[in-house]
Amino acid sequence: MGSYSDLTPVNIITGFLGSGKTTLLQRLLRSPELSNVAVLVNEFGEVGLDHHLLQGVAESTLLLENGCLCCAVRGDLQKALRDLLSRRTRGDVPHFRRVVIETSGLADPAPIAYTLLSEAVLRHHFRLSGIITTVDAVNGAAQLDGFREAVKQASMADRIVVTKVDLSDGSAIAALRRRLRELNVSAQFLESTEIGGDVHRLLTDDIYDAEGKFREASQWTAEEVIDHGAHTHTAEVQSFTAIFDRPLDWTAFGVWTSMLLHRHGADVLRLKGLLNVAGVPTPVLINGVQHIVHPPSHLDEWPDADRRSRLIFIVRGLKRSQIERSLAVFNGLVNTVPSATHPRESSGPVRSTAF
Amino acid sequence: MCALCGVLGGKGHWSDSASAPAVFAGRVEPQTRLRERQDRTRLLNTVLKDHGVAVKDWSGNAYLLTSRTGRTAIVDTVGEIWTAAERIGGRTCDPLDDGYLSALAKDQG
Repeated sequence: MGSYSDLTPVNIITGFLGSGKTTLLQRLLRSPELSNVAVLVNEFGEVGLDHHLLQGVAESTLLLENGCLCCAVRGDLQKALRDLLSRRTRGDVPHFRRVVIETSGLADPAPIAYTLLSEAVLRHHFRLSGIITTVDAVNGAAQLDGFREAVKQASMADRIVVTKVDLSDGSAIAALRRRLRELNVSAQFLESTEIGGDVHRLLTDDIYDAEGKFREASQWTAEEVIDHGAHTHTAEVQSFTAIFDRPLDWTAFGVWTSMLLHRHGADVLRLKGLLNVAGVPTPVLINGVQHIVHPPSHLDEWPDADRRSRLIFIVRGLKRSQIERSLAVFNGLVNTVPSATHPRESSGPVRSTAF
Repeated sequence: MCALCGVLGGKGHWSDSASAPAVFAGRVEPQTRLRERQDRTRLLNTVLKDHGVAVKDWSGNAYLLTSRTGRTAIVDTVGEIWTAAERIGGRTCDPLDDGYLSALAKDQG
């Protein structure tokens, strides 16, 4: 197996009940560029899907010992993906190059991401490409008010597709888009009627795709994303871009992020960033979903003249000022940590834990 | 596997440069995996000082944590250190804790 970018990409299409997930999926699957896609759906709805590689899965979640819901393994998905992989290897199904998972309307996308990255077999064959969330223009605002699931689905998205715009009025749609933007500063926004010939880019653009990663990173560094202020909502979800003038030390960033996600991962819905890493001339891209961080990617050149690190956080109940201060303190430690000239290698004790 | 002690190769972590060699290929100063682990271990000792937990790199495959009272734990990756440090050190690892950050900031001088 080659690099992370060689793994089979998996897209998640999520969205609240009746928000048009299956209709969107139907349109996507008509694109010739997506002819070799396997589709897993959680529930067969009223809109029929006609696809040669379609499989249903019954939603079931295996909660791990730590009890964290976002770190649960989706047992149904584990079985379905292993089965697909096995059938592809045997040649029983056409050689699919992408998998699209359509979730149920109340699903949490986080356990799907966790399953892909942590499951012993799957993590060597699949990677998360992007999360697409459909939001109903007519009922979306009320669903965001009343259901935490809807807020989480929108907050975690890489793309938000506003559907049923022909059934709503312009001012209501604009208000909904403003609200969604405040929840999720980094997502690309589309209305379902805007989706044209390049529909496949909804799925294929991500930071591991050679053709699409520059477009994806440019989305993260757009002016409206950088200038976006933090907003507080009833659900306490806010999104903001933290900017660091000083290059980040990769070791300090790794230790800090790991510690942050250990304590607050359930409340860090998304973490994305374009980093200026000390000693590395090209920008490093980072992408995380709650407790999970994907291996870093990079661009061959900077998307603009700005050389600052830009980190997008979508968080629940965490203070922006604390996050910015904390990373700055950790980054500042590196130059002050005394450097041992010849660190002594530790001996190899018996692998046990004494209490 | 290490031929001397029989230790299997450790699990990778996203923050290991080796997990994405293409990303760090253009480094101005090339860095070895061992050097990166040494730098990380030094930093871990700084951030866990107030927790009373010392960290050593164990054969390049794991981290050995020791508390002031002699309790020890061995973990594979940096991601697993925090739970172990809390268990043997008796204090939560929270990088957003104001008091903790103030103490760390003093180390910056």
